[in-house]
Amino acid sequence: MIRFDSVSKSYPKQNRPALRDVSLDIERGEFVFLVGSSGSGKSTFLRLILREERASSGQVHVLGKDLARLSNWKVPHMRRQLGTVFQDFRLLGNKTVGENVAFALEVIGKSRGQIRKTVPEVLDLVGLGGKEDRMPGELSGGEQQRVAIARAFANRPMLLIADEPTGNLDPQTSVGIMKLLDRINRTGTTVVMATHDQQIVDQMRKRVIELEMGRLVRDQSRGVYGYQH
Amino acid sequence: MRAQFVLSEIGVGLRRNLTMTFAVIVSVALSLALAGGSLLAREQVSTMKGYWYDKVQVSIYLCNKNDASTDPNCAKGAVTGQQKRAIKSDLGKLDVVEKIYHESADDAYKHYKEQFKDSPLADSLTPDQMQESYRVKLKDPTKYKVLQTAFSGRQGVQEVQDQRGTLEPLFNLLNGMNIAALCVMAMMLIVALLLIVNTVRVSAFSRRRETGIMRLVGASSFYIQMPFILEAAIAGLIGAGFACVLLVLGKYFLINNWLQQKIVLINFIGWDAVIKVLPLILAVGVLMPAVAAFFTLRKYLKV
Repeated sequence: MIRFDSVSKSYPKQNRPALRDVSLDIERGEFVFLVGSSGSGKSTFLRLILREERASSGQVHVLGKDLARLSNWKVPHMRRQLGTVFQDFRLLGNKTVGENVAFALEVIGKSRGQIRKTVPEVLDLVGLGGKEDRMPGELSGGEQQRVAIARAFANRPMLLIADEPTGNLDPQTSVGIMKLLDRINRTGTTVVMATHDQQIVDQMRKRVIELEMGRLVRDQSRGVYGYQH
Repeated sequence: MRAQFVLSEIGVGLRRNLTMTFAVIVSVALSLALAGGSLLAREQVSTMKGYWYDKVQVSIYLCNKNDASTDPNCAKGAVTGQQKRAIKSDLGKLDVVEKIYHESADDAYKHYKEQFKDSPLADSLTPDQMQESYRVKLKDPTKYKVLQTAFSGRQGVQEVQDQRGTLEPLFNLLNGMNIAALCVMAMMLIVALLLIVNTVRVSAFSRRRETGIMRLVGASSFYIQMPFILEAAIAGLIGAGFACVLLVLGKYFLINNWLQQKIVLINFIGWDAVIKVLPLILAVGVLMPAVAAFFTLRKYLKV
């Protein structure tokens, strides 16, 4: 599903590379936590998967494709097979919940009939059935994140990338979001989630990948947030 | 691609940027009107030049039988065949002469008809009123005096005319105005381009949230850029439309209702010349902003 092959990434004007010689494999259907302090390279890792950046050296394979060899115009098609969720939800405030989900389907050219069918379906799935016509501003943070997850999942992606999806939420709401992500994972979607939330990582006991100063320092199945001594 | 979706995005974009859109429309309209005006001025010059202007420098008009009563140079009546042969052979002997054309009265009538086809003057003459002439191309155009001294006053010659002497000052004036118009147009065009670039940039910035989400969910760059490009193209099209209206009004009021009434002897450009220019202006008005928008987006809308 995802393979990093001695991947390094340095940004211009920064002497320390953001990622250094990272190699790892993530299989289909896995649930992976990506942990590490700020500046450890988590965001760069995710940006490489989304091909918002290209690796400086090494190879990144996502969904069986070598991203270095993927031409620019094919990138959108690659991204359609991924779902993305962010800490700040990234919803359009002037569109209703239903329109926000529909927007993602409209811009990739889905037919109106398909959209009309899919939107209530995914909103039901994330537990927001019947809130289609509400505005994002009227919803709680947890509900807004559910809308974002519905949007990410509407196209039934093979891979869901979540960048601190619970970063803005209280612990109780976070648990709800994690349950939802877990459910999505059980449908066969691979989930890669960057997080700082120790409690969640410790509770879920999934694979944990830890980055430190751009290096892969730990890759542990059924791991916890900190080192186990 | 869903047309309705794209159209609603464009509508929102144009309204959000109303003042900038207005500025783009005005500057595109003015620059294209000037461009069209200068094209028409060029057309006007070539209309006035007639058949011989670019080919010869001197015309030797021969007497026509009608001239006998009106012109003292032709008191002896129409030119005879012998006189014509003498003139031709004398012309051939002159060093400054490069080429001699003979224009019969029928040819003259034909050329006249062609030049003044849009004018009421075209019907006022008959072939037998036209003058036969020798049209002479000189090796050195300034040596016109040589021919004048040699042939004016000669039997059968009505007049030796320096073709350029009469029209040249007028053409110089027109060319000068043309160059001035082109300079102003170039500046307006630069203003228009800068405005378009800026409008698109502001537009892209104010919609960066939408475009960011579009990128994330895998919208093609074509789909993301389309509304911006169409926005610029529509503003340009409206501007070009105004430019066309300005040109048509200019032709109607300036030429048809004013100059043509005042100056009967000059042949002015017809509506066909104006209509030929309009599609060109519309095409430039649409393409230029679209291309400018496209290149601006490459910089400000990373995919």
